[in-house]
Amino acid sequence: MENDRHFSNRKYVLGIMATLIVVVYLVRLFTLQLMSDDFKRNADSNAFLKRIQFPARGAMRDRTGKLLVYNQPAYDIMVVMSEMQDVDTLDLCQSLGITREIFDRRMEEIRDRNRNPGYSSYTQQLFMNQLSAEEFSTFQEKLFRFPGFYIQKRTIRQYVYPNAAHILGDVGEVSPADIEADDYYQSGDYIGKLGVERSYERQLRGEKGVEILLRDARGRIKGNYQHGKFDRSPIPGKNLTLSIDIELQQLGERLMQGKLGSIVAIEPATGEVLCMVSSPTYDPRIMVGRQRGRNNRILTADPMKPLLNRAIMGQYPPGSTFKTSQALTFLEEGIITPQTTYPCSHGFHFGRLTVGCHGHASPIPLVPTIATSCNGYFCWGLYYMLGNRKKYPTVQDAMTTWKDYMVSMGFGYPLGIDLPGEKRGLIPNADFYDKHLGKSWNGLSVISIAIGQGEVNLTPLQIANLGATIANRGYYITPHVVKEVQGEPLDSIYKIRHYTKVSKPNYEVVVAGMRQAVIGGTCHAANNSWYEVCGKTGTAQNRGHDHSVFMGFAPKDDPKIAVAVYVENGGWGATYGVPFGALIMEKYINGELSPASEEKAEAFANRTINYGSTER
Amino acid sequence: MASLDWVTIVIYIALLALGWMSVCGATYDFGQEGNFFDLSTRSGMQIVWIVSSFLLASVLLGIDERYYDTFAYVLYLGFMVLLLVTPFLAHDIKGSMSWIKIGKFSLQPAEFAKFATALCVAKYMGTNDFDISKRLHFLVTCVLVLLPMGLIIMQKETGSALVYFAFFLMFYREGMPGAILFTGFSAVVFFIVGVRFSETSLWGIQAISLGRFLVFLLIWLFTVGLMRVYSNLFAPVLRVFAYGGGLTLAALFFSKFVIPFDITWVQLGVCVGLIVYLLFLAVKHHVARYAYIALFAIGALTLHYSADHLLNHTLQAHQRTRIRVLLGMEDDPRGVGYNVIQAKIAIGSGGLRGKGFLNGTQTKLKYVPEQETDFIFCTVGEEEGFLGCAVVLLLFLFLILRLIHLAERQPYASGRIYGYCVLSIFLFHVFINVGMVLGLTPVIGIPLPFFSYGGSSLWGFTILLFIFLRMDAGRNRFVNNRAN
Repeated sequence: MENDRHFSNRKYVLGIMATLIVVVYLVRLFTLQLMSDDFKRNADSNAFLKRIQFPARGAMRDRTGKLLVYNQPAYDIMVVMSEMQDVDTLDLCQSLGITREIFDRRMEEIRDRNRNPGYSSYTQQLFMNQLSAEEFSTFQEKLFRFPGFYIQKRTIRQYVYPNAAHILGDVGEVSPADIEADDYYQSGDYIGKLGVERSYERQLRGEKGVEILLRDARGRIKGNYQHGKFDRSPIPGKNLTLSIDIELQQLGERLMQGKLGSIVAIEPATGEVLCMVSSPTYDPRIMVGRQRGRNNRILTADPMKPLLNRAIMGQYPPGSTFKTSQALTFLEEGIITPQTTYPCSHGFHFGRLTVGCHGHASPIPLVPTIATSCNGYFCWGLYYMLGNRKKYPTVQDAMTTWKDYMVSMGFGYPLGIDLPGEKRGLIPNADFYDKHLGKSWNGLSVISIAIGQGEVNLTPLQIANLGATIANRGYYITPHVVKEVQGEPLDSIYKIRHYTKVSKPNYEVVVAGMRQAVIGGTCHAANNSWYEVCGKTGTAQNRGHDHSVFMGFAPKDDPKIAVAVYVENGGWGATYGVPFGALIMEKYINGELSPASEEKAEAFANRTINYGSTER
Repeated sequence: MASLDWVTIVIYIALLALGWMSVCGATYDFGQEGNFFDLSTRSGMQIVWIVSSFLLASVLLGIDERYYDTFAYVLYLGFMVLLLVTPFLAHDIKGSMSWIKIGKFSLQPAEFAKFATALCVAKYMGTNDFDISKRLHFLVTCVLVLLPMGLIIMQKETGSALVYFAFFLMFYREGMPGAILFTGFSAVVFFIVGVRFSETSLWGIQAISLGRFLVFLLIWLFTVGLMRVYSNLFAPVLRVFAYGGGLTLAALFFSKFVIPFDITWVQLGVCVGLIVYLLFLAVKHHVARYAYIALFAIGALTLHYSADHLLNHTLQAHQRTRIRVLLGMEDDPRGVGYNVIQAKIAIGSGGLRGKGFLNGTQTKLKYVPEQETDFIFCTVGEEEGFLGCAVVLLLFLFLILRLIHLAERQPYASGRIYGYCVLSIFLFHVFINVGMVLGLTPVIGIPLPFFSYGGSSLWGFTILLFIFLRMDAGRNRFVNNRAN
């Protein structure tokens, strides 16, 4: 008992020891639980697996309802490493058509946590992606022999026709820049790269859904967090109806085989693009799935630039088709009247300056001038306009007025078509010439712009739009290739009429000229008995062989279609331009080609132009 | 019944209730739709263990406390035999040979050996002629404690065996020199500091290992401290302190600013000089204490060098890694450190109020290993947050303080000793288990009393506690009997 009393103070030592331990632990808990969010974040990234659910991308149809683009199932082959046992590797490789080396390398890549940070041997890892149904069929039969291998269905883009690649575009994996620009995307997502796939990406892609899953320590999925309260279903992409007529497009592409250039057709009343051919083209079906990267490289390297959509990116001298815009401008500005005549003796001669012309009656008024495509007339017209100091104080003022007319007709700036990459062409203005020619320039210095040469450049789309404007007698609607977006009104910019600075009566004069060109002028090959065609040829001078150009519309009084044809180095406008334009109009208006026309089309399709191998 | 300590029982029931909730949280599987009483689930089985513990407790309360005293040695012997044969009867569970299968259930005799050992030690130490300062008596008590420890180590249950160190807390209370506890504490500190900082250099001097510098500094300081406490000499202690400190500092500055060299050799010299001086004092004054202090210093130096050798030459790579991870010298999120990291994530994500009952994701998705047994405190931390953890820890603290109070009011030494055994074991379990989950103590697999899932440990703790409550309830009768 004595001992006990002696040591009984030690109960305090033990009590204090216990208290100290608890206090230290409480402090530790305080720092762990209340001082830092790191653990909370860590816990969330441990437990929550946000599985993205991909919406189906919108399909595309042509204006007649024919399916153009849809989604096809593709198959990813997945592997769960921990379940993989007794797999006959040789058999597996054979059924997938790969070598043993590829198999081993792929397995190593999957296991490498540096390259595959989300690796777990208990979850499905991507082994091979986007196998087509054919590639996959042999494998599927033997799947039961390969424990640990699974199949995940995905979709890849499918194109029904081998046509319209430039319009439809393609999809590919997002680039880091895409991800930077829009946080909707994550690495590995697909995005429209070209054409409508790109310009209507937002409508086509839909809205990704997300499933918040609970993932256990071995990476296995244990169900939805809070029974899916925070999950979102994917919203499918919207289907598009294009304004393109796929048969017209096919005809255009057939005609342009072996030639460089473009055919663009527009419905004047709506601005809807009926066909838009850019040649050379490629089969959009090669740009899907696993071969996309390789084919994209091949096309990029091709010196003929098949990926370039010449219809909106090619900037060409419009040649004589441009004379219609000059006639309209001179009429509206009062420089000429329909009755005005100018002399033309094999061209425009002023001092030492000569702009040549072919032989025709002279002098003649405007309508036959358009019909015969007289150069002299338009040179005189521009000369008088730019030289008119009564109306315009300076040549610069005159030039500015001229430029404003051109811009009002849709030249010099991108029209605003719903495709990526449209170029603006070139309409020179006063500043342009001030800079290049000094202040002392006059109408003579720039005379070639009157006949669509010199500095003037238009895209084939702008030429076609000029045709539509004349067909409408004074206005155009911004051309567009998408006619309808499912469940959403079309952008209002594709409904507004853009009136030019030229009044309707003056258009009637030009229409008469273009009609005359078909009846008895440069375009007589386009004449037919079914409907009244109006047209204008162009033979654009060029360092090499001339470009063959045509711009026209039909029927004259109720225009259904306006067409521009541009065949690089095709020679006279009448050589390729006129017959191509005529065939396109016939196909669209009559719904089919007559046997004679069909024969003609076939003959043209088989003609090729030799461009050599220089880069275009 | 009136003399029963209901305060302790209320704490016991509260801990059991919270423990059961935690087991529900830890074992609940998604899609289970919350039937926690289904006997196929762990939460359902835990109910069985809890109810049977209540029955066990009432039976224990019904037994006359004198029987415990009477049968203490027999029980002890019986359990030692059981522990001895266990490895031969046991089936291997994760390398542990400590579980005996009886019908559907497995029991772990090691959990029950604690109360038998406590009763035995209490009875032996409670005899009137027992004197802990007698070497033989102390040796016997040590053997009584170390025997079950050794037998349990043979079952490859090192964690459960280490719990028997808790008895040294009771020894301390009963008069064991504090120097022994201090020596044990020092050994742990020297080992940890020496290893932890062995690869750090001191003050940018490449030649000096910070670990060794600190260990030698501590050895010197502790030795001087012991001299001060255990002798009435003042001037010599001050002198020793001044010389040693001065030499060390001088060496340090010389090394830093003149010629870099390993000053731990100077420190070793200081320590050796101190030892020689102590032995000289012992011989001169015929005082054994100085020799003991010298022995402390010699032992400490030996420990330091052997720990160094053990770590770098004897241990295998994976064991070395484990120690290094435990000491925070290495990060190994997928290997040894995984448990501790996941435990911290689970607890840390709980915040102030926790995620709510059954809403913990880390525990439910099995990120925390052993979450319903050794790492059960993670569930408390994740689902009940800081407040829940504080409640649990404070309940344990109240329980231990209450048991100290009860132990101190026992009329006989044996009752008090048994009480201290019980509270020391609880304290040790809470200290190691919670500390391990919080990443403060090494990962030693022992259960958290009343929380960890399992019948053996719950029954073991219940028996420990209620035998003591029965003794406490009978305390007045003893006194009255004596008075009569």
